Parts: sequence; C-alpha cells; structure tokens
Amino acid sequence: MSAFAAVLRRDLALAWRSRADLVNPLGFFVLVVSLFPLGMSPDPALLARIGPGLVWVAALLAVLLSLENLFRGDREDGALEQVMMSPAPLPLLVLARVLAHVLSTGLPLAVTTPLLALMLHVEGDAFLALVAGITLGVPVLCLVGAIGAALTTGLPRGGVLVALIVLPLYVPVLVFGAGAAHAAGLGLPFAGQLAILGALLALSFALAPFAIAGALRISVSQ
Amino acid sequence: MPSPHVLDATDLAAERDGRCLFSALSLQVASGDVLRVEGANGAGKTTLLRILAGLDQDYTGDIAWPAAAAAARPWREDVLFLGHLAGVKGSLTAAENLAWLTALRGRPGNGSVRDALQRIGLAGYEDVPVSSLSAGQKRRVALARLFLERAPVWILDEPFTAIDRQGVAALEAALAAHARAGGCVIVTTHHALAIPARSLSLAGAERAA
Repeated sequence: MSAFAAVLRRDLALAWRSRADLVNPLGFFVLVVSLFPLGMSPDPALLARIGPGLVWVAALLAVLLSLENLFRGDREDGALEQVMMSPAPLPLLVLARVLAHVLSTGLPLAVTTPLLALMLHVEGDAFLALVAGITLGVPVLCLVGAIGAALTTGLPRGGVLVALIVLPLYVPVLVFGAGAAHAAGLGLPFAGQLAILGALLALSFALAPFAIAGALRISVSQ
Repeated sequence: MPSPHVLDATDLAAERDGRCLFSALSLQVASGDVLRVEGANGAGKTTLLRILAGLDQDYTGDIAWPAAAAAARPWREDVLFLGHLAGVKGSLTAAENLAWLTALRGRPGNGSVRDALQRIGLAGYEDVPVSSLSAGQKRRVALARLFLERAPVWILDEPFTAIDRQGVAALEAALAAHARAGGCVIVTTHHALAIPARSLSLAGAERAA
C-alpha cells in the first residue's frame, strides 16, 4: 500500500510541477465548447438541445488528448522499469498512476462542466444528468484510455493509434452519458443510463488495471 | 540454513532480430559473489540483465531464486535493478526521487536519504531538481539507492557511465563491501574492475541460420 501511495504522491507532485501541461486538456475542453455557440447560433433552445452531446464529445476528446504522455515519460526515463521491479502488484501501481491522472486531468473537466452547461442553457434535470454523467464517465474514459496509452508506449508516436484503439471502447460511455442528459432534457427517466455509466466505471476500475499492467509489460519488454 | 544459491538460471537462450545472443547459458550466483558480465557491444549483456530482472520475457530457459523462495518472499524484494536509464524524474528533487523509489520497494530504507546522498558524493543536493544536475550527478542520484535500499541482489547495467574516477573507486568499494556483507552483484561494465569478480563472457553475436 505504501508503494501505491508513493506512486500517487509522486504523480500528483509531477502534475503540479508541470501545471502548464495540465491546462492543455482543460483549455481544449473549454475552447471547443465555447466556440460552438459562436459558430452555430446563440439560440438558447438549440444550445440546450445540442449542449449535452457537445460537452460529452469535447470531454471525450480532451481526455484522449491527455493520454499520449500517460506512460511515455516514465518509459523514457526508466521510471517504468523501476515500477515494474517493485514487489507490489503492478496493477495496483498503475491504478495509482491512472488515479493521479483522473485527479489532475479528469477532475478539472468535471468541475468545469457545470459552468459550461449553464453557458449552453442546459438546465434542470438535463443539467443534473450531464454533470453526474461526466463525473461518472470521465474516470471510465481515463481508465480505458490508459490501456491504449500503455499499448502504444513503446512506439515513437502513438497519438492516432491510441485514438483508434480506444474510440470504439469510448462509444458506450458517450452513448449512455449523452443519452442520460438527452432523456432528462425531454423529461424522461435517466437513472438507468447513469446506472449503466456507474456499472461501466466499476467494471473498468476492476479490470482496466490488469489490462494496463499487461500492456505495459509488453511495451517495456521491447 | 541459507540456500546455496541466490539466483539459479539454467539453459537461458535469447534471440533478437534473428541473431542468437546466447544459448544454453547457465549461471549461478551465490551470496558474496560479484559476477561481471563481459562481452562486446551488442553481445547481449543488457538483454541478459533485463531477463534476469524479469523485465524482458522474450527468452527460453528457467530462472529461479532459491534464497527468496526458501524465505517465502517475492524475489523482486531481493533485487535492485539499475539499467541504462536512471529512473529518476527531472522535475523532482534528488530527495523526492529517492523517497518514492525507496517506497516502491515496500519496506523501509536503510538510513536516511541525506546519508545516502552524502555517501554518493551529493551532500547538499537534496532539494535540487534532478533536471538541473549534470549527467554524472543524475547517475549518482540513482546510485544512491544502493546505500538506501535493503536488497541483497544488485543488478547493475553500466553503473559507472558518466561517473568520475573517484566516484568509480568509491562505487567499486561499495560493491566489494556489499559482497562481503553477504549480498551479490551482477554487473556489466567496460571499466577495468579493481575488485575481485567472477566473470561471465558472452561470446557475442552469431548469425542464426
């Protein structure tokens, strides 16, 4: 457990020291969402209808953007080898790494979502469903995305490949996440979609660390 | 009753890009050994060390850790691996790097980070970010782990790279002291090693048919 805490603490310290890199996904998220009303129409009814989907797509792409360097730095300076040499189980240590990523990259996205939702006139139940959905969904995106990042860590440039690997796995999250907010906007029950997002979170929390660990072993072995 | 061997590797073979690096290679390392792996560039020294450390799984043969198995503890607890890459983070300070690397071992270190840095010749650099140190100093931060972590088996790949002459002498003394204290060292280096060591020569690359 102390190894878990050590990795978590180190990664949060590293994230804090390169704050400029943290701003990138968040800036992308805010920019994309705020450009849409300018590019399309400031009509509140239209924005309220497309708002949730827009926020979801932007959040998904922002997470995707942040993934490429998840394990790259650690591989290039040899820290990843040292993590693997630890007697602690590797899935536990990579979970700490991804958790740090969720806290440093995913949490700012979730915290900004209510502001962007209000800006897009997403109100009432749709607002609740959107904020709850993003909060549940972004950790899933990070965990699943980390599998792709781990698989491509050994390659010189994995950016597009990561997207190709993880986008199919992102689709259910997007469908149920945006679906919850959409249903709420129409006055329909949306607890079911949120429950499925919660189930996806539990599933990826339980299984993704093993997939990430396996993928990293292959990447380091080369 | 300590087991005779710490590491028992039998019939190892590895092939990279169609070249057979080594085959039918068996080696035993016992407590108190310093084993020097020799060979030309590309002979497979690094590959062998990474295989022994469990980082490279592309090989055939068996690797056993009888001493760790006898004590019923995971063998990784016994092994300190230092590769070509130092494993230290540029934006963390020397002390922070050592603190998290030690915590990865899951057991408390041997003395304080300050002492370890002093023994490696980096006293006063505790709070300097590693990115502002020289290559040799960076290497020393990684090597400070030798004094900090309690691992009986040291697997060191070119540990003397970028280290100055006094530093090399001090490190050699540390390796010898570790072996005398019952540890063992597997090392590759192109330096002339001034301490008694067994040597294992990798014949070098033979083209596979």
